[in-house]
Amino acid sequence: MSMRLFVSRDAAAVAVGADEVALALEQAAAKRGVTVEIVRTGSRGMYWLEPLVEVATPQGRIAFGPVTETDVPSLLDALASNTPHLLRLGTTDEIPWLKRQTRLTFARCGVIDPRSLEDYRAHGGYKGLQRALSLGSDAILNEVTASGLRGRGGAGFPTGIKWKTVAQTKADRKFIVCNADEGDSGTFADRMIMEGDPFLVIEGMTTAGITVGATKGYIYIRSEYPHAVQAMNAAIVAAKRGSYLGDRIGGSTYSFDLEVRVGAGAYVCGEETSLLESLEGRRGIVRAKPPLPAHQGLFGKPTVINNVLSFAAIPFILAEGAKAYADFGMGRSRGTMPIQLAGNIRHGGLFETAFGVTLGELVDDIGGGTLTGRPVRAVQVGGPLGAYFPRALFDTPFDYEAFAARDGLIGHGGIVVFDDSVDMRKQARFAMEFCAIESCGKCTPCRIGSTRGVETIEKIINGERVSENLALVEDLCNTMKFGSLCALGGFTPYPVLSALKHFREDFVSAPTTLQAAE
Amino acid sequence: MTAVYEPIYEPWDETRGAEIIAEHAKQEGATLVILHALQEAFGYVPEAAIPMVAQALNLSRAEVHGVFTFYHDFRRKPAGRHVLKLCRAEACQAAGGDALAARAEARLGVSLGNTTADDLVTLEPIYCLGLCATAPSAMLDGRLIGRLDEKRLDALVAEAQR
Repeated sequence: MSMRLFVSRDAAAVAVGADEVALALEQAAAKRGVTVEIVRTGSRGMYWLEPLVEVATPQGRIAFGPVTETDVPSLLDALASNTPHLLRLGTTDEIPWLKRQTRLTFARCGVIDPRSLEDYRAHGGYKGLQRALSLGSDAILNEVTASGLRGRGGAGFPTGIKWKTVAQTKADRKFIVCNADEGDSGTFADRMIMEGDPFLVIEGMTTAGITVGATKGYIYIRSEYPHAVQAMNAAIVAAKRGSYLGDRIGGSTYSFDLEVRVGAGAYVCGEETSLLESLEGRRGIVRAKPPLPAHQGLFGKPTVINNVLSFAAIPFILAEGAKAYADFGMGRSRGTMPIQLAGNIRHGGLFETAFGVTLGELVDDIGGGTLTGRPVRAVQVGGPLGAYFPRALFDTPFDYEAFAARDGLIGHGGIVVFDDSVDMRKQARFAMEFCAIESCGKCTPCRIGSTRGVETIEKIINGERVSENLALVEDLCNTMKFGSLCALGGFTPYPVLSALKHFREDFVSAPTTLQAAE
Repeated sequence: MTAVYEPIYEPWDETRGAEIIAEHAKQEGATLVILHALQEAFGYVPEAAIPMVAQALNLSRAEVHGVFTFYHDFRRKPAGRHVLKLCRAEACQAAGGDALAARAEARLGVSLGNTTADDLVTLEPIYCLGLCATAPSAMLDGRLIGRLDEKRLDALVAEAQR
């Protein structure tokens, strides 16, 4: 008998033992004289079920999880005799958590072998590029614009307009840069897609290249993601071998080449101009805009710089048409968003869905509340620069404008859940501390304000002149907000002010002697 | 459990350093690429390498020094034999990371960002490994560990101290 098994090679699955499970399966099968082929896929994104083991059957893949090494013998028994098993989850595609998603970008992630170009093509890969090649630049720009796709890195700038600007700018060289410096805590969608479906990113970037007339692209990946670096490099080699990178892509007259560059542990390099400086080999100091990167970007040349998820959305838009994408979503937020549920959460992972789902649905219903079982008290949406939302705001729909209207941001789509043991003074202090650690130093409000912010919040924690210091922190936040060039200094006030506003009780009840003397 | 992966570095050698620099110097914007390559070979970026990089790239020493010091990754001296990185970002904080970090500090007798007196373990904070749905997370010499709890942490610390 022979079996085809699937075990993830995703970094987070590996971190909870996927490699050990894969090895145990191989060894136990060999011992029994059973032939198994173990395909190492990306992750399906249901991280509480990792390590997930799937087996191919005529009725589709059947999932088991979370599997440990010790489960392996009984699992093989159950597979051999087709009997029930405690960890059996049924047909993977029918698992409700997966079934209720709209996976456009993540359709292949966890399904295919990320190292196999053939597998990618067999699952619809490169259809988008094929159509793009037949459309030509203007028609591609129309499609991307009509899809309503907005930058998935966080800023939400319309991708079509950005590409058009670069396409219309004359220059001897142009560049495509993929921002894979996914530094926000609570986000891992870029990592997952690079590890689980790297050709998708390559296809999106290649499409951008032929659209704007760029022949060279860089993927700037943070050094904290060694698995993603490896996966992208392997995919680039395979794409070159398959004539999907290099000269005469897919038999066309276009050329496009890609290179991975690795960051060096600077959060601020996720900011696009700082990233460009870093790519040029300099300190990651933010540039003033204008000039826009679209006019003068990498090495002073017109540059499309987009987030991983923006590029990854492109192949679907081209393959299925702008309307198929734009039909999803609400208001000015079109299409789907790969949302990442993280922190103290029962069902954490990657949930791709149309814009419009409420925060409460995401946290309570889909996420299943906290892992500790305690009540959810606060959720931080959009990374370290995102606001903390209380339960009272759980009716907020996941949409760029709706979050902005409530002094928050969706950022890169990360949601970090905290239970009722959270001390919001500590979280506010950390926001300032993180800004102080990561500030590039260019703008005074960010460079110095963050350190003063830490000190002032510490005074509040110690009960020193609480109301005066609270007013000072609010004032400081305003200075940072309006006096910083980029989102690091400009948005650090979001977590701080939201903590002050929605969780005031944590700040004013600091029980100390000094406060009593006031 | 996977065997401990212990990075093996070469001792600093000027000729070898020059070779590494020359290998990457032709790339556009090569500074970070070269610094990474040097650190990968020697485990840190030796001070003597800075003027060599500057000369190869036609930059001033100050410029290369500036790049070297800007990024958290680059080391000015070798780390301990093992490097244990604990994620200190929000998702891991929400999942009990603060207490685990304090426990690691107590067990090793050093605070985050420092190396034990016997040069065996360097304990470092890291701001997000992207394992936020299996938090808290850590990295020991390049190996990722998720769903960290006291027991797992103690095992990691013991492993690093061996």
